[in-house]
Amino acid sequence: MTLADGFWHQIFSFDDYGALLALVRNSLVVGAALGLIGGLCGVFVIMRDLPFAVHGVSELSFAGASAALLLGANVVVGSIAGSLVAAGTIGVLGVRARDRNSVIGIIMPFGLGLGVLFLALYKGRAANKFGLLTGQIVAVDTPQMSWLLGTCAVVLVALAAIWRPLAFASADPDVAEARGVPVRALSIVFMIVLGLSVAASVQIVGALLVLTLVVTPAAAAARVTASPVLLPLLSVVFAVASIEGGILLALGSSIPISPYVTTISFTIYLACRLAGAYRTRRWGARKAVPRPV
Amino acid sequence: MATVHRACRDRRARTADGRRDTGAVISLRGAALSYGERVVWQGLELDVRPGEFLAVLGPNGSGKSSLVRALLGRQPLSAGTLSVLGRNPREASGHLGYVPQQAALTAQTMLRARDLVRFGIDGHRFWPRPRTVAVRRRVEEILEAVGASAYADVPLGLLSGGERQRVRIGQALASDPRILLCDEPLLSLDLHHQRAVTELVDARRRSHGTAVVFVTHEINPVLALVDRVLYLARGGYRVGTPEEVLTSASLSELYGTEVDVVRVHGRVVVVGAPDEPIAPAPPHHIHESDGVRP
Repeated sequence: MTLADGFWHQIFSFDDYGALLALVRNSLVVGAALGLIGGLCGVFVIMRDLPFAVHGVSELSFAGASAALLLGANVVVGSIAGSLVAAGTIGVLGVRARDRNSVIGIIMPFGLGLGVLFLALYKGRAANKFGLLTGQIVAVDTPQMSWLLGTCAVVLVALAAIWRPLAFASADPDVAEARGVPVRALSIVFMIVLGLSVAASVQIVGALLVLTLVVTPAAAAARVTASPVLLPLLSVVFAVASIEGGILLALGSSIPISPYVTTISFTIYLACRLAGAYRTRRWGARKAVPRPV
Repeated sequence: MATVHRACRDRRARTADGRRDTGAVISLRGAALSYGERVVWQGLELDVRPGEFLAVLGPNGSGKSSLVRALLGRQPLSAGTLSVLGRNPREASGHLGYVPQQAALTAQTMLRARDLVRFGIDGHRFWPRPRTVAVRRRVEEILEAVGASAYADVPLGLLSGGERQRVRIGQALASDPRILLCDEPLLSLDLHHQRAVTELVDARRRSHGTAVVFVTHEINPVLALVDRVLYLARGGYRVGTPEEVLTSASLSELYGTEVDVVRVHGRVVVVGAPDEPIAPAPPHHIHESDGVRP
């Protein structure tokens, strides 16, 4: 009984909550921004079938961040650098899905290995090491926050610019190319945008669980709507709810933030799947359409 | 059969009238395409006129798809010239409606029919722009015209092949093209949908004078509609009316072997055409590309 109490107290603790809340103000601001870009990028990650690429990029981002930690440089900058190298490589080498997956499968373990090497050499606080993999909420200081918010702003502007042709190219590359859309260039630009979002997300949710912010919310939204307006909107709402909920729940506990974020995110996905099953049945049962000739 | 022929002649007469005041929308001069040593086709001379319905036929590997790619500006010619609307094909992309082969849409795509049509209007434009009433009305018009209004809001993944192909044609027509390029649009459609799709295409070229280039391995669904046929095989080609091209003499000469063209109940069946254009196929192999599909 007491053991169980201790267990729950470890997971959910709201002692001195007000004081703690002030500590994570930066994280909450950054979290909202990350939810926004994660939710938006996720729409294309699902459309273009890139979840594996997200995972690969996040491992290299982790390697970059741990290199920066070892060298005493800005961790956000290191993580962005690692991400861009990975995203650029995947974007240039892996145009076709099959090539892409092998490229990712090759660079991902290498990135992870490098990251572990740098962390092993690092003599600083162990919490810093672990945080890059599993996420952290209090470690966002003001210079880092500026980098993170700046990155988010760049991602937002880029997405706004390429949204429509990218959606066209993602859904229907043949026709888009025939229509003069620069399909290949867009693919590379999107990988870079995705790389930036992943690098930013690694700071809060950690390299291992970036997928929960960049893939799950969009996948959940896609279960319940096909509207080009509602889908990104819901995806953003789900992503922001997951990360902010995760930060607020993780606040008092000694457990990293990621299990909270992933659990919220996954619960939303399950709910959307249930709702979506009903919706698909409704459409599947639609009567044979009268055929005007 | 006789009625089919008369219908063809009538249409050609109309096209011939249009020929005087408007020039060719597609023009190939001495065009050749080869991959390394292998010549796909060469010496191709072809003019496609506004409102003309041109069927492109030929066995697998005869370069039908390469021709499509060339017309889209995605495959440079190895010799000769190609102009689309008097320009380089890439520059003419805005005036060309393209209906790709089936199944180009991946399963993950969660777009609705109306979104695909809208891509045809402004999918190539960068930066956000307001969803204007004009664009919305145009999408509705197109959906109505191709008979897809009833499933405009259903995700494409849940549509049948025939329904999706209607939407595809709507998308291609959304930009008000002067040329409609259809690459095997009838593939895996049942007879009913084949007719619906060909009628949509035919209606468009009649109402708007849009030239139609229709790549197909089955001539029969479009036999009554086509003005001319371009038959590619063994690095050569024949172009002319179906009656001129689809004869035993003409195709035997093209294939360099004896080929029989039989007309039964208004259908054309080509018997004895070798399947592989370059490497000689086993003799007496029956190629049913223009006949009944299993």
